[in-house]
Amino acid sequence: MKKIVNLILLTCLTFPTMAQQVEMADSMRSEGKIYVVVAIIMVIFIGLIAMLYYLDKKISRIEKIIDKLMKNS
Amino acid sequence: MKKSWWKIVGVMLVGYSMVGGIIFEVPRLAIVNETIRALYFHVPMWFCMVFMFFISLVYSIKYLRNPTLNFDSKAVEFANTGIIFGLLGIVTGMIWANYTWGSPWHGDPKQNGAAITLLVYLAYSILRQSLPNPDQRARLSGVYNIFAFTTMIPMIFIIPRLSSSMHPGSGGNPGFNMYDLDYQMRMVFYPAVIGWILLGIWVATLRVRIKSADMKIINIEYEKNR
Repeated sequence: MKKIVNLILLTCLTFPTMAQQVEMADSMRSEGKIYVVVAIIMVIFIGLIAMLYYLDKKISRIEKIIDKLMKNS
Repeated sequence: MKKSWWKIVGVMLVGYSMVGGIIFEVPRLAIVNETIRALYFHVPMWFCMVFMFFISLVYSIKYLRNPTLNFDSKAVEFANTGIIFGLLGIVTGMIWANYTWGSPWHGDPKQNGAAITLLVYLAYSILRQSLPNPDQRARLSGVYNIFAFTTMIPMIFIIPRLSSSMHPGSGGNPGFNMYDLDYQMRMVFYPAVIGWILLGIWVATLRVRIKSADMKIINIEYEKNR
Protein backbone atom coordinates (compact mmCIF):
# COMPACT_ATOMS: atom_id res chain seq x y z
CA MET A 1 0.00 0.00 0.00
CA LYS A 2 2.78 2.36 0.99
CA LYS A 3 4.56 1.57 -2.25
CA ILE A 4 1.54 2.57 -4.30
CA VAL A 5 1.13 5.85 -2.38
CA ASN A 6 4.81 6.60 -2.94
CA LEU A 7 4.49 5.84 -6.62
CA ILE A 8 1.52 8.17 -7.01
CA LEU A 9 3.26 10.91 -5.05
CA LEU A 10 6.42 10.56 -7.13
CA THR A 11 4.54 10.69 -10.43
CA CYS A 12 2.64 13.75 -9.23
CA LEU A 13 5.87 15.46 -8.25
CA THR A 14 7.86 14.59 -11.37
CA PHE A 15 5.12 15.17 -13.93
CA PRO A 16 5.20 19.00 -13.90
CA THR A 17 8.99 19.12 -14.22
CA MET A 18 8.85 16.65 -17.12
CA ALA A 19 6.17 18.68 -18.82
CA GLN A 20 8.34 21.80 -18.75
CA GLN A 21 10.99 20.08 -20.88
CA VAL A 22 8.65 19.60 -23.83
CA GLU A 23 9.68 21.98 -26.56
CA MET A 24 7.07 24.59 -27.41
CA ALA A 25 7.19 27.87 -29.34
CA ASP A 26 7.75 29.83 -26.14
CA SER A 27 10.17 32.40 -27.56
CA MET A 28 7.80 33.25 -30.39
CA ARG A 29 5.13 33.88 -27.79
CA SER A 30 7.29 35.95 -25.48
CA GLU A 31 8.46 38.15 -28.36
CA GLY A 32 4.84 38.78 -29.30
CA LYS A 33 5.41 37.60 -32.86
CA ILE A 34 2.51 35.19 -32.47
CA TYR A 35 0.15 38.16 -32.80
CA VAL A 36 1.46 38.72 -36.34
CA VAL A 37 0.28 35.23 -37.23
CA VAL A 38 -3.07 35.86 -35.53
CA ALA A 39 -3.49 39.11 -37.49
CA ILE A 40 -2.75 37.39 -40.80
CA ILE A 41 -5.21 34.56 -40.11
CA MET A 42 -7.91 37.04 -39.06
CA VAL A 43 -7.47 39.16 -42.22
CA ILE A 44 -7.87 36.08 -44.41
CA PHE A 45 -10.85 34.87 -42.40
CA ILE A 46 -12.60 38.27 -42.46
CA GLY A 47 -11.93 38.53 -46.20
CA LEU A 48 -13.50 35.14 -46.86
CA ILE A 49 -16.52 35.94 -44.67
CA ALA A 50 -16.99 39.28 -46.48
CA MET A 51 -16.97 37.35 -49.74
CA LEU A 52 -19.65 34.97 -48.40
CA TYR A 53 -21.71 37.94 -47.17
CA TYR A 54 -21.72 39.67 -50.55
CA LEU A 55 -22.48 36.38 -52.28
CA ASP A 56 -25.46 35.96 -49.94
CA LYS A 57 -26.72 39.45 -50.79
CA LYS A 58 -26.28 38.87 -54.50
CA ILE A 59 -28.27 35.64 -54.36
CA SER A 60 -31.05 37.46 -52.42
CA ARG A 61 -31.22 40.05 -55.21
CA ILE A 62 -31.41 37.38 -57.92
CA GLU A 63 -34.16 35.58 -55.99
CA LYS A 64 -36.21 38.79 -55.90
CA ILE A 65 -35.81 39.26 -59.67
CA ILE A 66 -36.90 35.67 -60.31
CA ASP A 67 -39.96 36.09 -58.07
CA LYS A 68 -40.97 39.17 -60.07
CA LEU A 69 -40.50 37.30 -63.35
CA MET A 70 -42.63 34.43 -62.09
CA LYS A 71 -45.43 36.79 -61.10
CA ASN A 72 -45.40 38.42 -64.54
CA SER A 73 -45.43 35.19 -66.50
CA MET B 1 -29.71 38.41 -45.16
CA LYS B 2 -32.96 37.84 -43.29
CA LYS B 3 -32.89 35.73 -40.13
CA SER B 4 -29.12 35.79 -40.21
CA TRP B 5 -28.28 35.88 -36.50
CA TRP B 6 -26.97 32.32 -36.62
CA LYS B 7 -24.59 33.26 -39.42
CA ILE B 8 -23.14 36.01 -37.23
CA VAL B 9 -22.88 33.55 -34.31
CA GLY B 10 -21.03 31.08 -36.55
CA VAL B 11 -18.57 33.72 -37.76
CA MET B 12 -17.93 34.95 -34.19
CA LEU B 13 -17.35 31.43 -32.87
CA VAL B 14 -14.94 30.44 -35.63
CA GLY B 15 -13.12 33.79 -35.33
CA TYR B 16 -12.81 33.28 -31.59
CA SER B 17 -11.47 29.76 -32.08
CA MET B 18 -8.87 31.05 -34.55
CA VAL B 19 -7.56 33.67 -32.12
CA GLY B 20 -7.93 31.52 -29.00
CA GLY B 21 -6.60 28.45 -30.74
CA ILE B 22 -3.30 30.16 -31.36
CA ILE B 23 -2.88 32.38 -28.31
CA PHE B 24 -4.27 30.32 -25.40
CA GLU B 25 -2.21 27.89 -23.35
CA VAL B 26 -2.25 24.23 -24.38
CA PRO B 27 -0.97 21.11 -22.58
CA ARG B 28 2.74 20.49 -23.08
CA LEU B 29 2.92 17.03 -24.63
CA ALA B 30 5.88 15.33 -26.25
CA ILE B 31 5.80 14.48 -29.99
CA VAL B 32 2.75 16.63 -30.76
CA ASN B 33 4.23 19.80 -29.18
CA GLU B 34 2.55 22.89 -30.68
CA THR B 35 0.75 20.84 -33.33
CA ILE B 36 -1.78 19.98 -30.64
CA ARG B 37 -3.45 23.21 -31.81
CA ALA B 38 -4.40 21.46 -35.05
CA LEU B 39 -7.17 19.89 -32.95
CA TYR B 40 -9.03 23.22 -33.08
CA PHE B 41 -9.03 23.27 -36.87
CA HIS B 42 -8.71 19.70 -38.13
CA VAL B 43 -11.21 17.89 -35.88
CA PRO B 44 -14.11 20.38 -36.40
CA MET B 45 -13.87 19.57 -40.13
CA TRP B 46 -14.89 15.96 -39.36
CA PHE B 47 -17.67 16.99 -36.98
CA CYS B 48 -18.94 19.35 -39.63
CA MET B 49 -18.72 16.70 -42.36
CA VAL B 50 -20.74 14.18 -40.34
CA PHE B 51 -23.33 16.86 -39.52
CA MET B 52 -23.69 17.87 -43.20
CA PHE B 53 -24.06 14.23 -44.27
CA PHE B 54 -26.69 13.74 -41.59
CA ILE B 55 -28.76 16.70 -42.83
CA SER B 56 -28.35 15.33 -46.35
CA LEU B 57 -29.68 11.96 -45.17
CA VAL B 58 -32.68 13.62 -43.52
CA TYR B 59 -33.60 15.43 -46.75
CA SER B 60 -33.10 12.26 -48.81
CA ILE B 61 -35.55 10.41 -46.55
CA LYS B 62 -37.93 13.38 -46.77
CA TYR B 63 -37.70 13.22 -50.56
CA LEU B 64 -38.41 9.49 -50.65
CA ARG B 65 -41.48 9.98 -48.44
CA ASN B 66 -42.71 13.01 -50.35
CA PRO B 67 -41.09 13.43 -53.78
CA THR B 68 -40.51 17.18 -54.09
CA LEU B 69 -37.39 18.25 -56.01
CA ASN B 70 -36.75 20.92 -53.39
CA PHE B 71 -35.82 18.22 -50.83
CA ASP B 72 -33.55 16.59 -53.38
CA SER B 73 -31.58 19.77 -54.06
CA LYS B 74 -31.13 20.25 -50.30
CA ALA B 75 -29.90 16.65 -49.95
CA VAL B 76 -27.33 17.02 -52.72
CA GLU B 77 -26.00 20.41 -51.65
CA PHE B 78 -25.57 19.38 -48.02
CA ALA B 79 -23.74 16.25 -49.22
CA ASN B 80 -21.50 18.40 -51.44
CA THR B 81 -20.66 20.72 -48.55
CA GLY B 82 -19.90 17.66 -46.42
CA ILE B 83 -17.50 16.38 -49.09
CA ILE B 84 -15.67 19.74 -49.07
CA PHE B 85 -15.24 19.56 -45.29
CA GLY B 86 -14.12 15.94 -45.55
CA LEU B 87 -11.46 16.83 -48.13
CA LEU B 88 -10.25 19.69 -45.92
CA GLY B 89 -10.08 17.24 -43.00
CA ILE B 90 -8.07 14.69 -44.99
CA VAL B 91 -5.64 17.27 -46.37
CA THR B 92 -5.06 18.93 -42.97
CA GLY B 93 -4.58 15.48 -41.44
CA MET B 94 -2.01 14.58 -44.10
CA ILE B 95 -0.03 17.77 -43.53
CA TRP B 96 0.06 16.99 -39.81
CA ALA B 97 0.91 13.30 -40.37
CA ASN B 98 3.79 14.24 -42.66
CA TYR B 99 5.45 16.15 -39.82
CA THR B 100 4.51 13.90 -36.92
CA TRP B 101 4.44 10.39 -38.37
CA GLY B 102 6.97 10.97 -41.13
CA SER B 103 4.74 10.43 -44.14
CA PRO B 104 1.37 11.84 -45.23
CA TRP B 105 -0.39 8.46 -45.58
CA HIS B 106 0.11 5.81 -42.94
CA GLY B 107 -2.83 3.52 -43.59
CA ASP B 108 -4.07 4.41 -40.14
CA PRO B 109 -7.59 3.01 -39.56
CA LYS B 110 -8.94 6.52 -39.18
CA GLN B 111 -7.31 7.75 -42.37
CA ASN B 112 -8.55 4.75 -44.34
CA GLY B 113 -12.05 5.03 -42.91
CA ALA B 114 -12.23 8.71 -43.81
CA ALA B 115 -10.92 8.02 -47.31
CA ILE B 116 -13.47 5.24 -47.90
CA THR B 117 -16.27 7.51 -46.65
CA LEU B 118 -15.23 10.24 -49.06
CA LEU B 119 -15.07 7.76 -51.95
CA VAL B 120 -18.57 6.52 -51.11
CA TYR B 121 -19.87 10.09 -51.21
CA LEU B 122 -17.96 10.89 -54.40
CA ALA B 123 -19.72 7.87 -55.92
CA TYR B 124 -23.00 9.53 -54.85
CA SER B 125 -21.99 12.56 -56.87
CA ILE B 126 -21.05 10.41 -59.89
CA LEU B 127 -24.32 8.46 -59.66
CA ARG B 128 -26.25 11.72 -59.83
CA GLN B 129 -24.32 12.99 -62.82
CA SER B 130 -24.92 9.76 -64.76
CA LEU B 131 -28.73 10.01 -64.57
CA PRO B 132 -30.32 12.61 -66.86
CA ASN B 133 -33.93 12.32 -65.64
CA PRO B 134 -34.35 14.57 -62.56
CA ASP B 135 -36.99 12.43 -60.82
CA GLN B 136 -35.14 9.19 -61.38
CA ARG B 137 -31.90 10.86 -60.29
CA ALA B 138 -33.50 12.15 -57.10
CA ARG B 139 -35.07 8.80 -56.22
CA LEU B 140 -32.06 6.58 -56.91
CA SER B 141 -29.56 8.92 -55.31
CA GLY B 142 -31.89 9.32 -52.33
CA VAL B 143 -31.79 5.57 -51.75
CA TYR B 144 -28.03 5.50 -52.32
CA ASN B 145 -27.58 8.32 -49.81
CA ILE B 146 -29.13 6.19 -47.06
CA PHE B 147 -26.62 3.41 -47.84
CA ALA B 148 -23.78 5.94 -47.97
CA PHE B 149 -24.59 7.27 -44.51
CA THR B 150 -24.90 3.81 -43.01
CA THR B 151 -21.52 2.92 -44.56
CA MET B 152 -19.96 5.98 -42.96
CA ILE B 153 -20.97 4.97 -39.41
CA PRO B 154 -18.77 1.84 -39.14
CA MET B 155 -15.97 3.52 -41.13
CA ILE B 156 -15.67 6.52 -38.84
CA PHE B 157 -17.19 5.53 -35.51
CA ILE B 158 -16.78 1.75 -35.12
CA ILE B 159 -13.69 0.40 -36.94
CA PRO B 160 -11.26 2.97 -35.46
CA ARG B 161 -12.51 1.98 -31.99
CA LEU B 162 -11.86 -1.71 -32.65
CA SER B 163 -8.32 -1.38 -33.96
CA SER B 164 -5.26 0.28 -32.55
CA SER B 165 -4.03 3.45 -34.16
CA MET B 166 -1.29 6.03 -33.87
CA HIS B 167 -3.83 8.81 -34.05
CA PRO B 168 -3.77 11.11 -30.98
CA GLY B 169 -6.37 10.15 -28.44
CA SER B 170 -6.32 6.56 -29.65
CA GLY B 171 -5.80 3.39 -27.71
CA GLY B 172 -9.35 2.11 -27.57
CA ASN B 173 -10.95 5.43 -28.35
CA PRO B 174 -10.64 7.49 -31.51
CA GLY B 175 -11.85 10.64 -29.76
CA PHE B 176 -9.60 13.12 -28.07
CA ASN B 177 -9.79 11.68 -24.57
CA MET B 178 -6.18 12.56 -23.83
CA TYR B 179 -6.83 16.26 -24.44
CA ASP B 180 -10.45 16.01 -23.46
CA LEU B 181 -9.48 16.40 -19.84
CA ASP B 182 -8.02 19.80 -20.47
CA TYR B 183 -10.59 22.43 -19.60
CA GLN B 184 -8.97 25.23 -21.58
CA MET B 185 -8.84 23.22 -24.79
CA ARG B 186 -12.52 22.42 -24.48
CA MET B 187 -13.30 26.14 -24.18
CA VAL B 188 -11.92 26.62 -27.69
CA PHE B 189 -12.74 23.27 -29.26
CA TYR B 190 -16.50 23.13 -28.72
CA PRO B 191 -17.15 26.71 -29.92
CA ALA B 192 -15.03 25.87 -32.99
CA VAL B 193 -17.18 22.81 -33.75
CA ILE B 194 -20.45 24.75 -33.40
CA GLY B 195 -19.08 27.70 -35.39
CA TRP B 196 -17.85 25.55 -38.26
CA ILE B 197 -21.15 23.67 -38.39
CA LEU B 198 -23.03 27.01 -38.64
CA LEU B 199 -20.66 28.23 -41.37
CA GLY B 200 -21.14 24.92 -43.19
CA ILE B 201 -24.92 25.33 -43.05
CA TRP B 202 -24.51 28.87 -44.39
CA VAL B 203 -22.44 27.69 -47.37
CA ALA B 204 -24.84 24.81 -48.03
CA THR B 205 -27.92 27.06 -47.96
CA LEU B 206 -26.22 29.45 -50.42
CA ARG B 207 -25.67 26.51 -52.76
CA VAL B 208 -29.28 25.36 -52.32
CA ARG B 209 -30.54 28.86 -53.13
CA ILE B 210 -28.42 29.07 -56.29
CA LYS B 211 -29.70 25.66 -57.35
CA SER B 212 -33.36 26.51 -56.79
CA ALA B 213 -32.92 29.88 -58.55
CA ASP B 214 -31.42 27.99 -61.47
CA MET B 215 -34.35 25.57 -61.53
CA LYS B 216 -36.85 28.45 -61.46
CA ILE B 217 -35.10 30.19 -64.38
CA ILE B 218 -35.23 26.97 -66.40
CA ASN B 219 -38.96 26.72 -65.62
CA ILE B 220 -39.59 30.32 -66.73
CA GLU B 221 -37.71 29.72 -69.97
CA TYR B 222 -39.67 26.54 -70.56
CA GLU B 223 -43.01 28.32 -70.02
CA LYS B 224 -41.95 31.09 -72.39
CA ASN B 225 -40.99 28.74 -75.21
CA ARG B 226 -44.15 26.69 -74.97
